[in-house]
Amino acid sequence: MAEKNPTIKKLLAKFGGQIEVVASPFDKMDTVRVKRESILDVCMFLRTEDDLDYDLMRDLTCVDYIHEKPRFEVVYHLYSIYNGHEIRLKVRLEERDPTIDTVTSVWVGANWYEREVYDFYGIRFNNHPDLRRILLYPEFVGHPLRKDYPIDREQPLFEERKETKGVR
Amino acid sequence: MADLTKELHTECMTLQMGPSHPAMHGTVKMIVDIDGEEIHSVKPEVGYLHRGFEKMCENSTYHQVIPFTDRLNYVSPFINNVGYAMAVEKLLGIEVPERCKYLRVLACEISRISDHLTCLGASGMELAAFSVLLYSIEAREWMWELVEALSGARLTTTWARIGGVAYDMPDGFERKAREELEKVKRLVEDMRGLLEKNRIFYDRMRGTGVLEANDCLAYGVTGPCLRAAGVYYDVRKAKPYLVYDRLDFEVPLGKSGDNYDKFVVRVLEIYQSIRIIEQALEQIPAGPIAVDDPKITLPPKQEVYTSIGALVHHFNIIVKGIRPPKGEAYFAVEGGNGELGFYVVSDGSDKPWKCRCRGPCFPIVQAVPKMLEGAMVADVVPTFGMVNMIGGEMDR
Repeated sequence: MAEKNPTIKKLLAKFGGQIEVVASPFDKMDTVRVKRESILDVCMFLRTEDDLDYDLMRDLTCVDYIHEKPRFEVVYHLYSIYNGHEIRLKVRLEERDPTIDTVTSVWVGANWYEREVYDFYGIRFNNHPDLRRILLYPEFVGHPLRKDYPIDREQPLFEERKETKGVR
Repeated sequence: MADLTKELHTECMTLQMGPSHPAMHGTVKMIVDIDGEEIHSVKPEVGYLHRGFEKMCENSTYHQVIPFTDRLNYVSPFINNVGYAMAVEKLLGIEVPERCKYLRVLACEISRISDHLTCLGASGMELAAFSVLLYSIEAREWMWELVEALSGARLTTTWARIGGVAYDMPDGFERKAREELEKVKRLVEDMRGLLEKNRIFYDRMRGTGVLEANDCLAYGVTGPCLRAAGVYYDVRKAKPYLVYDRLDFEVPLGKSGDNYDKFVVRVLEIYQSIRIIEQALEQIPAGPIAVDDPKITLPPKQEVYTSIGALVHHFNIIVKGIRPPKGEAYFAVEGGNGELGFYVVSDGSDKPWKCRCRGPCFPIVQAVPKMLEGAMVADVVPTFGMVNMIGGEMDR
């Protein structure tokens, strides 16, 4: 069913073995699993190809499947205003090397989303312009949305900052 | 006499606006580098209201998450409630009854009106039009009376349930709603009269805080800010949910994406929301307000106290929770400030494996530096007012 969709067809024709169409039975959104190496190319293709034009970066987040391997899954939700299409991309990342290329060069708005994912899951985005914590403070230890971070863990106290200019 | 033609020596200074500053609604800090009155750079700092929404969700049952969603956008809690409940309903594969759909639309639009009124009133006040705030608070008060009539609470409504809503409209709600909407209309007219052609207001809003359409999209900005730039994107029209496809309403669009357009778009949206509510009140059918499935919805309190079956179901839902099948669902509704999406992942247990909230304010605040490029310090206030940042939703 999904292969009839023009986006999926084009993606398969262009990237073939790099991607895999997966079913999403509940919200019926076209879902594609992408290999880590080609995420930037796929995003750039989706953004720049004329009749695809996924211009709205809806959401970028991560899910920690701690009992599975590879452990982390970065999830992108994209939307094309002019075509009214939506698509979900997924990339699996290994626990020992949770790095992935940034897509800030495709959508500027990915910047803060990627910082948030870094903040909460410790995923590192290669070539990100400003990879710092965003919602938590810089002295925070650990990445709290990982499933092995207990909800009641206490954080250490830290010294008062001398320099307050642009700390966070 | 001093030589006035000689250039003065100036240097850049850093101004920290916030985290508790009268013009920073909620708590956010802007680090503004200024040279005289000109802005060199703006760096928003967020996270002051972070309270671990997602971590809390992952450790609560599906029904227990609903009160947390009230606190996301605390000016329009109904929309958050409904958005979350509908995302979980997607996972469960259930469809709520007709009457419930209309009730949800009604509640969402009441919330949208109060959200916009708050934004307009507060921004008016920050530009020294204090009576506008009084007008808008008065109108919002009437909206909140309707909220109170529906849910019993004014702010933390917790009104939507997975598979339905908690309470039906009380007797006389229709008449009351119509009366109060008339009053709101009159007050909004008054507010417009005070602001729209007001020289001070116009000069400070027109041409400031411009964010053009392609920038909006690149940043992921949705809602009134995107529509003010002329992009026709409203989740209610793009992917109609509930009964929005049966209701007749328009999506107001701006042209230049400046603060004035954002203001006008919000004002016109209030009228459209009033139209939607009037239609919904006319069309609303009789019938149940929740799905008839004791494994999903809580039974009415009356029955819990009087019948053993309902008591058992109540106990089961509270203690064991509901268990949607393994899978994931993304569901978006149109919130007060833009697309409000919930991405819920279930692992088949009674607690969500992941409950992500995509709040509209997060990308909008990210775009604030772009809006303020080359502007004056005084432009920060109207621009930030029209961004209408809600801390609870941005910092989660």
